[in-house]
Amino acid sequence: MVTADDPEMHSSQNEQDNRNYALAAKVPMLEPSEPQEVKEFMRIAYELSEELDTPVMMRMTTRVSHVKGVVTPDERREGPVERKIEKVPSKLVMLPAMAKTRRVYVEERMIKCCEIAETAPYNRIERGDNSKGFITGGVSYLYVKEAFPEASVLKLGMCWPLPENLIREFAASVDTLYVVEELDPFIETQLKAMGIKCIGKEVIPNQGELNTDIVRRAIDPTATKELFAAPKLPNRPPNMCAGCPHRGIFFNLSRMNVFVSGDIGCYTLGFLPPLSAMDACVCMGASVSMAHGMQKALEGAHNKIVSVIGDSTFVHTGINGLINTVYNNSASTLIILDNRITAMTGQQPNPASGSNIKGEAANALDFVALCKAVGVKHVFEVNPHDVVNTRQVLKDAIELEEMSVVISKAPCVLLPEMKRKKKIPLFTVRENCVGCTSCIRLGCPAISWTSFKDADEAEARGYKRKQKGFSSINEDHCLGCGQCASLCKFNAITKREE
Amino acid sequence: MKETGNILFSGVGGQGILLASEVTAYSLLGAGYDVKKSEVHGMAQRGGSVTAQLRFGKKVYSPLIEPGCADILMAFEMMEASRYAEYLHKDTKVIVNTQKILPPAVATGQMAYPDDVLANLRELGITVVEVDAFEIAKQVGEPKTANVVMVGAMSAFLPVDPKNYIQVIETRVKEQFRDVNLKAFEAGRNASK
Ligand SMILES: Cc1ncc(C[n+]2csc(CCOP(=O)(O)OP(=O)(O)O)c2C)c(N)n1
Ligand code: SF4
Repeated sequence: MVTADDPEMHSSQNEQDNRNYALAAKVPMLEPSEPQEVKEFMRIAYELSEELDTPVMMRMTTRVSHVKGVVTPDERREGPVERKIEKVPSKLVMLPAMAKTRRVYVEERMIKCCEIAETAPYNRIERGDNSKGFITGGVSYLYVKEAFPEASVLKLGMCWPLPENLIREFAASVDTLYVVEELDPFIETQLKAMGIKCIGKEVIPNQGELNTDIVRRAIDPTATKELFAAPKLPNRPPNMCAGCPHRGIFFNLSRMNVFVSGDIGCYTLGFLPPLSAMDACVCMGASVSMAHGMQKALEGAHNKIVSVIGDSTFVHTGINGLINTVYNNSASTLIILDNRITAMTGQQPNPASGSNIKGEAANALDFVALCKAVGVKHVFEVNPHDVVNTRQVLKDAIELEEMSVVISKAPCVLLPEMKRKKKIPLFTVRENCVGCTSCIRLGCPAISWTSFKDADEAEARGYKRKQKGFSSINEDHCLGCGQCASLCKFNAITKREE
Repeated sequence: MKETGNILFSGVGGQGILLASEVTAYSLLGAGYDVKKSEVHGMAQRGGSVTAQLRFGKKVYSPLIEPGCADILMAFEMMEASRYAEYLHKDTKVIVNTQKILPPAVATGQMAYPDDVLANLRELGITVVEVDAFEIAKQVGEPKTANVVMVGAMSAFLPVDPKNYIQVIETRVKEQFRDVNLKAFEAGRNASK
């Protein structure tokens, strides 16, 4: 089982240290440092799994997963595995009687694994200058090697269980022992429980990712250097694409007095200005369940709470929340953003897409039928690019006293078939623009604003003196979705003649 | 070049930075170096700031460049040349695509685009090489090859024979785009000479 932690939360909501799961589950865990080891450790993991009849975990972190490096392939060996069904109730049917025997085995297995860890080549001492000794593993090992190339290092390729004898031998051989690991003091806590003196999280941060500089300065505070300071620059946050269907929904929500319980996907960007239309977002599926909990706690607030979830996330863990909401007689509005794909993570098909990961045709989940089947009486479908009509449908749905679902149906613009479609961009009719900024407030990357220096400039350009500027559309970026045109009351946005 | 060379790529999501770093990495590999490369995708796409880090040398441990240690900064957008100033040192070569891509606060008129970015870098004593990569790519016939123009511009500063890049482009770029990318590489290389 491969698990990847994201120290620094580059693209995650939390910074959990999954080594704790190996401890809790009593299974071995390997921790590679770089691409070559990832490949080697995978083979070792399978061998361990066969030898000890156990699941094996492999801990990756951001800078192991998102790294490319040189990998030398081994010769391919086909395993002797035969495809067949095997009935082994003593191992597979965990009723108490069987589980009790298995429980004993789990402990024996860990003892055997500890013995393996003592002599395994991936737990190795790299002898150097013994005034400083480091126990480390994973990507932290690389930072230690760069920051203190002369020092002695015990590199742990297996971070659970730990080789106690090897650790004691190493600890006794060095003057000062440091433990360098990302996130929790996992190895350090075990060392301290063994009564081994070491320095760890007293100096090494327990949050964020490490790097060579952090490790060096943590251990040698004098190793500072002068750095150039970055000037103050306008931020460059990510934004939904030009033509993104999600924008039409969030633009409307930003103009309604509701609490928006959000979820995980491209649409989480609806939180950012100028839309700023998301009030909560935790983990996949939580939008629906949080809204349900809020309605129960805040009686009568049903038309103040809206949850928003993507198609993929809804299929992943939104359905169960919806069943629960209906079953418990809650009422609110759930918006399912059906863009036909799992967009944020790179366009993977999902059960609503109509194709599978191999590109073969597959069943496309029918959201309307599904919502009705779980007991939702009010199900609406909208085209989010028609911003004005969408607002009316949302208003009607939110007013209802019973649970309602609005399905926003329009494909992601990055779908291959959408990219192949001929684009008919929109453009602004300069003389019609009154500078009301309605379109600007969509936050579309294809629309920009030009300010006038003063009233004289406005006048010189043929506008009213009080007009502050005008908007324009970058026709290279515009896909012609029409959201801005549906908002413009002055006929200032229109299509080119075909 | 010291024991290890460090190249930082910065720019805006969608500019083809990852491909540029990929071509560079393979070319360095072809020249016999150990190479490590790291980048984080996720929220960085969709028009946000993007970086990629590439390190090469006899043996590279850490995939991350230390602050103050980038030897080359490849900035694919003008303002992005100074966002990561803490990674630069006095002898860093900054190769910058002079294209401007307006971030939301500038596009919506709330902030001005900082026009003194390159002058400020030069004031620190840093060498700045300006390349109008977007314009050059258009002339070559495909605006999307601006990233390869940048690779070409940088190639003049790396201890790698141009043959290595050409071979990488020939083997890694789809056939229909091969010629235009080769031209883009040449044009970029000439532009920084
Ligand atoms: C708890 C958790 N699991 C997984 C992810 C990775 N992730 C980010 S977005 C996403 C799926 C988004 O798909 P969808 O709901 O269809 O929205 P879209 O991006 O298409 O708008 C996943 C699985 C995450 N961020 N958090
Ligand atoms: S990738 Fe698709 S869903 Fe994501 S922002 Fe772009 S258009 Fe919207």
